[in-house]
Amino acid sequence: MGFSDFFKKKGTGNIAKDRLKLVLVSDRAGCSPEIMEQIKNDIINVISKYIEIDLEGLDIKITQTESESNNGSVPALFANIPIKDLKTTKK
Amino acid sequence: MGEVIVVTSGKGGVGKTTTTANVGTGLAMLDKKVVLIDTDIGLRNLDVVMGLENRIVYNLVDVIEGSCRIRNALIKDKRYPNLYLLPSAQTRDKNAVTPEQMQKLADELRDEFDYILMDCPAGIEQGFKNAIAGADRALVVTTPEVSAVRDADRIIGLLEANEMKQTHLIVNRIRMDMVKRGDMMSSDDVCEILAVDLIGIVPDDENIVISTNQGEPLVGSDSLAGKAYMNICKRVIGEEVPFLNLEEKQGIFGKLFGKRKKN
Repeated sequence: MGFSDFFKKKGTGNIAKDRLKLVLVSDRAGCSPEIMEQIKNDIINVISKYIEIDLEGLDIKITQTESESNNGSVPALFANIPIKDLKTTKK
Repeated sequence: MGEVIVVTSGKGGVGKTTTTANVGTGLAMLDKKVVLIDTDIGLRNLDVVMGLENRIVYNLVDVIEGSCRIRNALIKDKRYPNLYLLPSAQTRDKNAVTPEQMQKLADELRDEFDYILMDCPAGIEQGFKNAIAGADRALVVTTPEVSAVRDADRIIGLLEANEMKQTHLIVNRIRMDMVKRGDMMSSDDVCEILAVDLIGIVPDDENIVISTNQGEPLVGSDSLAGKAYMNICKRVIGEEVPFLNLEEKQGIFGKLFGKRKKN
C-alpha cells in the first residue's frame, strides 16, 4: 500500500485531479478560491468562540444538492467541522 | 418512438464526431434504425469520418429551410441497411438554424428511427443549443486532461440547466500505461470529479486514425477501441456490459508496440 501511495503522490495524474477539483469549485459556484478561503476563515472565527474545532479536519466546499422545493439540484455550501471539545465556560 | 441522443463535449478535438460515427454505426449493427445528424454547420466533418462525403446532395439547412424533403437529404449508408446520415451545410453558419427548428426536425424523425444521434459542435454557443434542443439524453465525451474535463463539467452544468433527462460520460483516449504509472487520470478519477454515470471507456488506439483515414468506423472490429465502442452501443440500448479490461487485452503485439513508443 505504502509503495503504491508513494507513486500515487508523485504522479502528475493526481496533481491534475487536485487542480481540477479546486478549479471546478469556483467554476460551479462562480466563486473564486480566495472568497472560499475567506468564508472558511470567517466560519472558523465564529465557531471557535463557542466550540473548539479540529482545524486539520475542517472541510468546506460547494456541492450540488437536491432542492426540496423544485426538482432540480442546487448548489450548497457544505461544511464538515470536526469538534474537539465543547467549551462549557467562556474564559 | 425513437430516442434522440446528443453527443457533446464542450472542448473540441476530444472525439465527438468519431464517437457519433462509431456509436451510430454500432447501433445499426445491433439492428436499430439509426440516423446521424451533423449539427456543426459550417464545419462539416461527420460525412468524411463516415466515408459518405461523395454522396451529399442536400444538407441540414436545406431541410430546415424547406428546400427539400427530409428523405431526400438523408444519405443511406450502403454498408448497413439501417443507417442514415443527415450532413451539415458547409457554406452557412450556426445562426441558419434555431433550437426550435432542430427540435421539430428531431421529433419528425422519431417516428421512423429508433435512434437519432446529434453530433454537437464544440463550444457552448448557438450550435450547442441547437444540438441539445430536441435531445432526450446526452453522451458527454471527454479525455483525461484538465482542459477537457473542465469543459465537460461546464457542459454537464448546462445540460442540467436545460433539463436533460439523462447524461452519461464517455472517457475517451485513455492510456492505461500512463494511468498505471500515475501520469494520467483514470476513468474513475474523471467520473468522481464530474459526478456523472460512466457509459464507456475508450482507449487511445491508433486503429481509430486508420479507420478514419478510410472512412470506415471501427466499431465491432477486433481492436480495443472497436470493442469499447460496441460495448457503449449495448449499454445505450439498455444491456448491462462489464467494462473492458484495457490492460489485460493488450497482447504481446501491443506490449511490443508500447515498448517501442517509449524509446
